[in-house]
Amino acid sequence: MTERFTFEVLVSLKPGLADPQGKAVESSLPALGWANVSGVRVGRHVRLDVEAATEADARAQVEELASRLLSNPVIEDFRILETEARGS
Amino acid sequence: MSSSGGPRVGVVTFPGSLDDRDALRAVETMGGVGVALWHADRDLQGVDAVILPGGFSYGDYLRCGAIARFAPVMEQVARFAERGGPVLGICNGFQILCESGLLHGAMIRNRSLRFICRDVWLRVETSQTPITADLTPGETVQVPIKHGEGQWVATPEQLARVEGDGLVVFRYASEDGVVDDAHNPNGAANAIAGIRNDRGNVIGLMPHPEHAVDPDVGPTGGQPMFASLLASAMAHT
Repeated sequence: MTERFTFEVLVSLKPGLADPQGKAVESSLPALGWANVSGVRVGRHVRLDVEAATEADARAQVEELASRLLSNPVIEDFRILETEARGS
Repeated sequence: MSSSGGPRVGVVTFPGSLDDRDALRAVETMGGVGVALWHADRDLQGVDAVILPGGFSYGDYLRCGAIARFAPVMEQVARFAERGGPVLGICNGFQILCESGLLHGAMIRNRSLRFICRDVWLRVETSQTPITADLTPGETVQVPIKHGEGQWVATPEQLARVEGDGLVVFRYASEDGVVDDAHNPNGAANAIAGIRNDRGNVIGLMPHPEHAVDPDVGPTGGQPMFASLLASAMAHT
């Protein structure tokens, strides 16, 4: 008996590491009238479904794949956002 | 491929590799034997050195080199490197070696956010590698770069090790060897263009020596690197 769990993983550049993409977005905002916005960082959002017996088991697998593949620990942090179980 | 008796240098083609042909051609031009290897191979065909070429392996999805790192051939490349075999990663190949953990650091987008394609000068920082044995520290060589994500960065601990242990192989510089911000095309930490591992047999660099061996089409800074690589491949045989 397994269930399908949906996870969302948010990968972002480590704080302090230059984020040229975020900077480009930020520098285009004043032209649109948002001169009051700063600290823009651009990351990556990954959604995935995991078949597993328990949520803890599924989450452990997501932790591992997020650290081994979805993110590079040298430059990125990741956060597992939320989970939702759907019987399958 | 030619049947000359030179050292055999394998060049791995991943789906999305672009510079594999030029790398094979550079090997042959400099007197070696080019051996085409495939990402799904589980055997390096007894080559004496391995090149991971430039390009966009697996579309560069996720991160440059992130998926190529798990290709079957990479297990063999890691084993070959452990035995002291010369491994050279160029551009995307450098990114793959970083993702594999065979070299320190990682690559992020150029600070200009632009793809850069032009000739640059590199200052040689060490002759203790298979590609710089014929070069003298302080000397400069000209080769092209062509990358959008070539800004090498590292954790403070890694950067301290890379600098402290003499692992920097090349820095971006002026023709006369001045390293400053104006000559750093992509914003790389300490203007680092190429590094090596502790043992010195694994090297990665963003610039393209394989595009710089033929005087008819551009600079020739790649010639001494390929000459060195062939000599050390011969020694490794």
